[in-house]
Amino acid sequence: MLNIGTTQAAPAAARSRIRDSVSRVFKYTAVRGITLLVTVVIAVYLTILIANGGGYVDEMRKGQIREQVALEMSSNPEMALLTIQQRRELENSLVESRIKRAGLDRPFFVRSFEYLWDGLTLNLGRAEYLVSDSGSRQVRNILGERLAPTLLLMASGQLLLFFSGMSIALFLSRRYGSLLDRIVIALAPTSTAPAWFYGIFLILIFAGLLGWLPFSGMIDAPPPQGFLPRTLSILKHMILPVGALIVSSIFPMAYSWRTFFLIYSSEDYVEMAKAKGLSDRQIERRYVLRPTLPTIVTSFALTLITLWVGAIVLETVFAWPGIGRLTQQAINMFDTPVIVATTVIYAYLLALTLFLLDIIYSLVDPRVKLGGGGTRS
Amino acid sequence: MKNLWTQIKSYPSAVAGLAMILLLVVLAVYAVVTIPYDQAVALWKGGDNVWLETPRNARPAWFNFFYREKKPVTIVRRTTDEDATKTNIDLGGGVILSDMVLEFDFNYDDFPTELAIFFTSKYQAARPNVTVNWVTPDGREIPLGEMTIRASESFRVSQDSRLVRRLGGRNPEVGLFADPDNPSKPLKGTYRLVVEGLMFEEDSDVDASLVVYGQLHGLAGTDHLRRDIMVALLWGAPVALAFGLVAAVGSSIATMTLAAASVWFGGWVDWLIRRINEIVMILPLLPILIMVGLFYSRSIWVVLGVVILLGIFGSSILTYRSMFLQVKQSGYIEAARAYGAGSGRIIFRYMIPKILPVLIPGFVTQVPSFVFLEATLSVLGLGDPVLPTWGKLLHDAQNNGALFNGHFYWVLEPAILLVIAGFGFAMLGFALDRIFNPRLRGL
Repeated sequence: MLNIGTTQAAPAAARSRIRDSVSRVFKYTAVRGITLLVTVVIAVYLTILIANGGGYVDEMRKGQIREQVALEMSSNPEMALLTIQQRRELENSLVESRIKRAGLDRPFFVRSFEYLWDGLTLNLGRAEYLVSDSGSRQVRNILGERLAPTLLLMASGQLLLFFSGMSIALFLSRRYGSLLDRIVIALAPTSTAPAWFYGIFLILIFAGLLGWLPFSGMIDAPPPQGFLPRTLSILKHMILPVGALIVSSIFPMAYSWRTFFLIYSSEDYVEMAKAKGLSDRQIERRYVLRPTLPTIVTSFALTLITLWVGAIVLETVFAWPGIGRLTQQAINMFDTPVIVATTVIYAYLLALTLFLLDIIYSLVDPRVKLGGGGTRS
Repeated sequence: MKNLWTQIKSYPSAVAGLAMILLLVVLAVYAVVTIPYDQAVALWKGGDNVWLETPRNARPAWFNFFYREKKPVTIVRRTTDEDATKTNIDLGGGVILSDMVLEFDFNYDDFPTELAIFFTSKYQAARPNVTVNWVTPDGREIPLGEMTIRASESFRVSQDSRLVRRLGGRNPEVGLFADPDNPSKPLKGTYRLVVEGLMFEEDSDVDASLVVYGQLHGLAGTDHLRRDIMVALLWGAPVALAFGLVAAVGSSIATMTLAAASVWFGGWVDWLIRRINEIVMILPLLPILIMVGLFYSRSIWVVLGVVILLGIFGSSILTYRSMFLQVKQSGYIEAARAYGAGSGRIIFRYMIPKILPVLIPGFVTQVPSFVFLEATLSVLGLGDPVLPTWGKLLHDAQNNGALFNGHFYWVLEPAILLVIAGFGFAMLGFALDRIFNPRLRGL
């Protein structure tokens, strides 16, 4: 109301206010962005430390050097003239000089920052065993191929979760105390099991028993021709994993959001709005939804953290060709570069999701948007 | 205490949760008592001769209760059994003839999955010779073969390709049991395996055991390595309970101490703890656990330590912090400070006990998330290398396409136990939260 009043009274003041709030939003997101970036750097550094605690990163680099030297020597016909003893000496000296050139003889503390940079830029060289579908062994290519399916699955799951959670919560807050309300409360403990666990049950029911939907995978084999059949096939394969994601978090989410709505709809200004004769829809949109949104966005961010963590196993269970399944394959094959790379990419994805939510938060939270009250928190 | 019990009783979900937890505790105690740790590890490792007499991928035996056509369960007959007939006749000149008959009733409506005969023998230099004949209930006699045996010999009847040819291309477990008038059904009645052993030394002896592998086995069925799933179901209970409880209690207490210290010392300590918390909260927990499991140790206790360490930080530290902020203002803290109590004393004797009630529902609701974390790691193939757990069952089932091949029991049994563990603690925790929290308002 304050906002409306000032806009009408003094356009100049309003303009400066808008500029002010834009700069505040910008400042807020910048601070959050930097915090998240620092987190990613720390996560990657931790990854490097853990991986190298067992000497695996060094071993990985040395192994690649040794392999390369051996390959070069075996393809060189002059080497056949040397005795085994001489050849071995030559090989060792070659390997040693290359290790020196790569800087592997320097103390770990110095090298760790080099690895950190390599990790952050995903410059992790070649995978040990895994090969991308296009035949490349570059870790970056393998990851690039797997990123799109993961983003497709998680983004559609999260968006659907947010909007269905919101509408169910609104619906329940209107019918507070009804049978449906009590059912949702009773189902709130379902969040203790991760999404993949519900995935198993969904596969069992809809693929195993009923045979309506495919067991796993992302597309029919062989892939159908044409854009529309292809999209439909992918959509069909997405139903169960997205369903598992939603089942695992919708009930506690709807429950807590409905509680937020109920708390805010008992405020005095809502009573006032009712007295003014505004329709229920208008009250909901202007006086209930609006002040609840920041709280909801914060609680959704916490849900997303668990969802991203669960994505690895969810993709494994559904054989979804994304980063999670790649992680599982790398674990089975003990492919160190790929494992380090997937950890890094998960840190990035998590940070990015939270950053997007932070931007949304800064847009919906009036305390961040409106001038003077910004420091109230 | 009595008061608490009456309050719990007024929440039906809490009573149901308690019953579920009690069931798991009983299961856990039973498992540890009947199958000692070493035995459980050895059984799950399998290896030679451990699971010789169990069928592969067999469903639970109680499934027969629901089938109109009864499926066979495994039948084992040994010549060393009391009711087996075995007569040794000395033919003179050091030659002994041993007549062994193994008899069993077969009254099922479906064929067994496999057939095997295991021989054990005693000899110095000359190996005994055995002739094996199969006698069906209607009196047909089918020779299975003749062989010279070593001290321990297994004759996998089902894999004998010559026998398959003689039975007209049918697998022995089908051909030997089929009703001649209706080849798609087995013939019911008493079957006999007649083994004739010829030994060429004075002290020589031969024993045989016949295993007719069924389609059903035990209370829980078996997996792809013939292991009885019951072992893992039973042992999964103490592992899950121990992991969940220790992780929940450990991380809750550590979190609480940290939150109390953060509030008590304030200033840069508070700032640092809050900043660290912000960062650790959004660290990718599972990938880090995966790396620890992969590069260091898969032992469940190492993983437990890391889980507690990473679990210290999280959104709960902020909740505790806000509570401690109120506690810090209380008069009795002031009094403690006035008589000269040290920081450690104030934190551990005055601050933490004050909000301990809120810890109880919090940690009860945390237990299932750790139980599922262990399962999650196991499903990824990072389970404890030796202990049988529910998660490892799911992992094996997943890797062997259990759902695709219709072995639903293999997935459902551990899954249902996980559900019981998860919901038991969650339901109790939710109710406890409602019981304990009003008290906190009086802070």
